[in-house]
Amino acid sequence: MISFSLWDIVRHLCVGAAWTAGLSLVAFALGGAAGLGVLFARISPRRRLSAPAKAYIEFFQDTPLLMQLFLIFFGFGLLGLDISPLLTAAIGLTLFTSAYLAEIWRGCVEAIPKGQWEASDCLAMSSLQRMRFVILPQALRTAIPPTVGFSVQVVKGTAVTSIIGFMEITKTGSMIANATFKPLLVYALAAVFYFIICFPLSALARRVERRLHAACAR
Amino acid sequence: MPLVLAEGIQKNFGSLEVLKGVDLRVEEGEVVAIIGRSGSGKSTLLRIINGLETFDAGILSIDGERRTGLEKDLRPLRLKVGMVFQQFNLFPHLTAGENVMLAPREVKKLSQRAVRELAEETLSKVGLADKFKAYPDQLSGGQQQRVAIARALAMRPKALLCDEITSALDPELVGEVLDVVQRLAAEGMTLIMVTHEMRFARNVGNKLIFMHQGKVHEEGDPRELFAHPKTPELASFTSAIQ
Ligand SMILES: Nc1ncnc2c1ncn2[C@@H]1O[C@H](COP(=O)(O)OP(=O)(O)O)[C@@H](O)[C@H]1O
Ligand SMILES: [Mg+2]
Repeated sequence: MISFSLWDIVRHLCVGAAWTAGLSLVAFALGGAAGLGVLFARISPRRRLSAPAKAYIEFFQDTPLLMQLFLIFFGFGLLGLDISPLLTAAIGLTLFTSAYLAEIWRGCVEAIPKGQWEASDCLAMSSLQRMRFVILPQALRTAIPPTVGFSVQVVKGTAVTSIIGFMEITKTGSMIANATFKPLLVYALAAVFYFIICFPLSALARRVERRLHAACAR
Repeated sequence: MPLVLAEGIQKNFGSLEVLKGVDLRVEEGEVVAIIGRSGSGKSTLLRIINGLETFDAGILSIDGERRTGLEKDLRPLRLKVGMVFQQFNLFPHLTAGENVMLAPREVKKLSQRAVRELAEETLSKVGLADKFKAYPDQLSGGQQQRVAIARALAMRPKALLCDEITSALDPELVGEVLDVVQRLAAEGMTLIMVTHEMRFARNVGNKLIFMHQGKVHEEGDPRELFAHPKTPELASFTSAIQ
């Protein structure tokens, strides 16, 4: 048996935390960009675009993230492609994030009053111009708090990737726990790491929300 | 040739027949006031003219171009026909000046200098030259509606549609908006106005349309119609509202 000092445990968890943060960042950035595309398809008047986007969103919202990761991991395997846990995790979380963000943003876009859409139309704007100059700038304000709030879900979602062997906080923690027979200590420390990443995000979401409320009351 | 020509326009919302064959003829420079009870189809008629609603039967032509009602791209139509709404519908995240400049810049691709001059010109036309940098929520209802008029005018439409543009205003603010519209009328702007301001309809309009249950029930010279309504429906409508 290898002996672990407290410092060893923390050191290893630090490395895991870096992977958790990195994976979250990648998933959030790529998922946000893809989510914008899904959003445009989802709210398109053309059913050929909106129907697949709706199915996409519903699939990712109504199946467990773990199943999505399995499908990617073993799906690629079936195609004879060897896919690493890192790539599986990145693809899986990106798709998952894009679906949720598209749906969150759709709510914000559709909450913009009908009069704003009609006024843009009456000024002969194209639908792209209408989105860019009228709808999105207004939707952005209301979208920020739930978007930042959702980033917390993404960080916590990365824990699931431990099951496919990605060495983030949880996977690192479980390996150390097995080696040290101190699961409570190790997992408590792992929880602290998650908290350190997530707390500033949710605090930020609350602050932005309060700020926007104050701006609305102006 | 009339600027707006509608013949036998019909419109249903589900099983509800909202327009049952409406004829309308508006010549260039004419000021047409449309009156009638709530639900008689006035808004629907205006919205059909600029393509915010489709229609189910009839013929509609704007500035000599026949509308099929199925066209995908309504932008050429929207360049000819401007609209002002009851609820102003200003863009709240943009200043008055930016509200006016947005479409000329993005749609007509005018230069920054040209749109700036255009905005200053149209805002001063509605008496708001000093509110260029004000946001809509810093303006009174009457001022917001005047910005909305300036925004529509900056696109240089051939006709302006106004749907009860003073109905959401406090009574003391109605006058400033009607004054602007009256000045436009005097300058020869073609106006189609749905309104509850009977005095305005009589004094400024060239033509009065009384809509009743989805049809044009009476039409003609405003003074003549107000003085001698031919139908009991118009007589009771005007006496009820005055
Ligand atoms: N989008 C819509 N869907 C269903 N019914 C509608 C719609 N718009 C208007 N209507 C109905 O059509 C009728 C005429 O409405 P409208 O043209 O707004 O009348 P007005 O402007 O004269 O008050 C009303 O009975 C109204 O409820
Ligand atoms: Mg109406």
